[in-house]
Amino acid sequence: MTTATDRTISTPDPYAEPEGSVRGPGVPFRRLALVELRKMVDTRAGLWMLIVIGAICVVVVTAVLIWGDVSDFTLQSFLQLNALVLVLLLPIVGIMAGTSEWSQRTGLVTFTLEPRRGRVVVAKLVAATILGLALIAVAFVASAAAQLVAQVAHGADDGWHLGAGVGFGLVLTLVLYVLQGVAFGFAFLNTAVAIVVSLVLPTVWSVATGLISWLDKAANWLDLSRVTDPLTSGHMHGDDWAHLATSAALWIGIPMAIGVWRVLTREVK
Amino acid sequence: MIVIENLTKRYGDLVAVNDVSFVARPGSVTGFLGPNGAGKSTAMRMMTGLTPPTAGRALVLGRPYKQLPNPGRHVGVMLDASAQHPGRTGREVLRLAAIQMGVGRAAVDASLDRVGLTSKEAGRRVRNYSLGMRQRLGLASALMGDPQVLILDEPANGLDPQGIHWMRGLLRGFADQGGTVLLSSHLLHEVQIIADELVMIGNGRIVAIGSKEELLDSHGTRVRSLDDTALHAALSAAGFGVRHDGTVLVAEATPEQVGRVALDARIVLTELRTSGSEGLEEMFLQLTAAHAREGSAA
Repeated sequence: MTTATDRTISTPDPYAEPEGSVRGPGVPFRRLALVELRKMVDTRAGLWMLIVIGAICVVVVTAVLIWGDVSDFTLQSFLQLNALVLVLLLPIVGIMAGTSEWSQRTGLVTFTLEPRRGRVVVAKLVAATILGLALIAVAFVASAAAQLVAQVAHGADDGWHLGAGVGFGLVLTLVLYVLQGVAFGFAFLNTAVAIVVSLVLPTVWSVATGLISWLDKAANWLDLSRVTDPLTSGHMHGDDWAHLATSAALWIGIPMAIGVWRVLTREVK
Repeated sequence: MIVIENLTKRYGDLVAVNDVSFVARPGSVTGFLGPNGAGKSTAMRMMTGLTPPTAGRALVLGRPYKQLPNPGRHVGVMLDASAQHPGRTGREVLRLAAIQMGVGRAAVDASLDRVGLTSKEAGRRVRNYSLGMRQRLGLASALMGDPQVLILDEPANGLDPQGIHWMRGLLRGFADQGGTVLLSSHLLHEVQIIADELVMIGNGRIVAIGSKEELLDSHGTRVRSLDDTALHAALSAAGFGVRHDGTVLVAEATPEQVGRVALDARIVLTELRTSGSEGLEEMFLQLTAAHAREGSAA
């Protein structure tokens, strides 16, 4: 019987592969991002998530058109209403991007096709951001359509003004929430847990700050929904940017750091 | 070529893979055989950069897997046929891989053809696939980048006997064109059908390694005759070791040597064959009994 003891490979034959047997470029980043983007829309869960979010934006502005007060009909108010919806739902889009390789074990394929996991991480961030921007665009279109209806039906014709600050602020805020979702997804690598935590933690935080006065002071710096208020209303001044930066570091930076470390080092099974 | 050198993986006290070294060469199909939980999958994950080894290294095409540029074009990997999103269609799974590898849309259809999945089947969601179909899909994905090396974990699992023979043909053809194939299995007969080289591991260690012929022929010759007592004496006199296995004599000699002894002693043989897989099978069964660890991942 031939056994390991008498036939281990102790005399290495030349292992060198013929020169140039492994040639060719790596996977361009564009293709990685494209694949990640496609993975977010090619399953029923992913696709319906997006359709539902878009539909909710339409329903919200329609409801306001029907039951709302004519004096409130401005593009900006429609948009800000939609932003409330997106702030809740965009993190979930991000979470689903962050956890996708681990919830269905597709990481076995993804990380063998691109073993440089850091590139996959960045591709997911880019893809989630693009998708987030697409949904924000839907919200803009829905809001503009609502304003058009308002103008035709109710004569609300001076509501088209949208400050550049507000527009930019809304987009930045919503993108931050997408990134927060991806960060939570990476950190927990489990869709359900990440969604629950990303919903519960800020709520607990808000309640706590309401009860404890010194926390309330800290919240000016650390509560993501509070620090983005001036951003979405177009009133960012001085300290507001510092508040935004510290809060983003807490809610996005820290989970992102933990999450990226986990994705890079975790054994893929 | 795949070169494994002293590959070791420890999880706390558990040594999942223990100092494993072997080479899978171009032109041959290497079977990685062992009971469930022997460490095959862990070793294969280390080869593909998914699991960091505790010690040792694995080189694929002369370098660590993680350093391969666009690895899908060089190494076809299938580690778990079931690790696919159940909501995607088979075609979509391949399409994603094709985009990432940078092979055209035509490669998807060519690959489906190659593994015998029809266009209709490819349009169904993976959730509705049988295990055999998932294996074919995984194989299609592994082959799509036109690689030089295949690393397949339990590819024949879930295939019917016909499917196993089909896979043998496919992998044989791949190896004949100079490709390297490493596949794992927990079924000896499966590996016997498909592989040329065998690496048998148990409890994380290599217990047998060599070509299939070597391993299968190294257990002597089984022989029956009209006068076993005389044959036993004649074989012993000729210097061959002989033992009884039930009603059969097992001689430590080739069938030709046994035949010559019988001819010289004018004994009529009623059966003469190499001991074949019985020895390997016995060893494998012992391994399975001794080392199979219930509940631990293969």
